[in-house]
Amino acid sequence: MTVAEFTPIVFGAALLAGFLGSLTGLGGGVIITPVLTLFLHVDLRYAIGASLVSVIATSSGAAAAYVREGFSNIRIGMFLEVATTLGALFGAYLGTHISTRALSIVFGVILLQAAWQTARKHREQSKPLPPDPIGEKLKLNSSYRTFAGEQHYVVHRVKTGFALMFGAGTISGLLGIGSGSLKVIAMDSAMQIPFKVSTATSNFMIGVTAAASASIYLSRGYVSPPIAMPVMLGVLSGSVAGTRYLSRLSVPLLRRVFAIVVGAIAIQMIVNGIRGAA
Amino acid sequence: MNITDRSIERTVSVLLLWGVILSGTITLLGGAIFLAHHWREPVSYQQFHSQPRIDRIIPEIFSGALHLRGRSVIQFGLLLLIATPVARVAWSLVGFALERDRKFVIITTIVLLVLLYSLISGALTN
Repeated sequence: MTVAEFTPIVFGAALLAGFLGSLTGLGGGVIITPVLTLFLHVDLRYAIGASLVSVIATSSGAAAAYVREGFSNIRIGMFLEVATTLGALFGAYLGTHISTRALSIVFGVILLQAAWQTARKHREQSKPLPPDPIGEKLKLNSSYRTFAGEQHYVVHRVKTGFALMFGAGTISGLLGIGSGSLKVIAMDSAMQIPFKVSTATSNFMIGVTAAASASIYLSRGYVSPPIAMPVMLGVLSGSVAGTRYLSRLSVPLLRRVFAIVVGAIAIQMIVNGIRGAA
Repeated sequence: MNITDRSIERTVSVLLLWGVILSGTITLLGGAIFLAHHWREPVSYQQFHSQPRIDRIIPEIFSGALHLRGRSVIQFGLLLLIATPVARVAWSLVGFALERDRKFVIITTIVLLVLLYSLISGALTN
C-alpha cells in the first residue's frame, strides 16, 4: 500500500470516528484503534498516538460548537475532572500491582451490562430525587436549549458521581480505554444529568485528559505525522458534522447509538483480556 | 459588564473555534507538502520505530516547521491542537476569577496544574 492509498482510507475512518465520537462523548479512539491495528496492520504504539490525537480533535472540534449550543456544562466537567485526574494517578500506581487481563474481562462485562441499561432507559428522569445540596452550593445546576425552549436540570448524587469518576479515572489509568463510556454512564445514571449534556460534558473532559498524555506520547515518538495528519483532519470534520446533528437527534436514538458503541468497546475489552493483549 | 457562565462559555467557544481552525489549516498545509513529496512511497507501520528527534522534540519541531518541512509542519499543527484544551481550562480559570467564584478558582487551578505538570514533564522527556 502506498501513501496515496493509506491517507484517504485513514481519513475516511477518522471522519466516522469524529462523527460518532462527538455524538456519544466517547472520543474517536474506539474506531481509530481497531481500523489502524486490525485492518491496516499498524503497530499498536502508533495507534495509541493516533487515538490520542483523535480524542483531542473530537473534544475541541465538538466543543467549539457544543458550547455555543449550550449543551456542555463546564462546572460539572471541571469539578469531576479533579476526581478523574486523581483516579488516573491512582490507576497508574496500581497498574504495577494487579493483573490487567482479569480486570479487562471484568470491566468489559460491567460495561456490557451498563450499555444494555442505557439503551433501555426511556424517560430523562427515572426517579424524582431531591436536589443535591452540594450541587446547589457549587452551582452545578443549569439549563440547555431544546425545541421546546430552555430546559432546566438539577444535578443529583454529586458524591456518588464524584466517586464513580474517581473509578473511571482509575480504570483508564490501568487499561488506557473506556473512560469516556464510564463518564457518560456516571453522569447519566447516577447524577441524572440529561443525556445530551452528559455526552457533551464527557467530550470536554476527555479532551483535557488526552492533552495531558498526548504531549508525553509525542515526545516518546509514538505520534507519526503521516498517520496523525489524516486522523486529525478527518476527526475534526467528522466531529463538527456530529455536533450539528446532535441538536436534531432524538435522545432515545442517541442512547441506542451510544449503547452499540459501548457494547463494541466492551466486547473488544473482553476479547483482549482473554487473548492477553490488554 | 455582567459576567455569567454563559458569557464565559461563549468566549471559550470562540477561542476554541479559532484554535481548531488554525491547527487544522497548519496540519492541512503540512500534509499537502508531505504528500507532494511522498505520495508514491509504500507505507509500512507494522514495525514500531520511535520518531526521529526532529519529529518529537518541541524546539526541533519548531525549527523544522519554519523550514516548511512537511512532517514538522504537521507536528506543529498537532502541538497547537494539544494546546486547545489547555487554553480552554486556562480561560475558564480567568472567567471564574472574574465571577469571584473562589471554589471554582481552586478546582480549575488544580486541573490546570495537573495538566501543565504532564505537559512539562512530557516536554522534558528526551
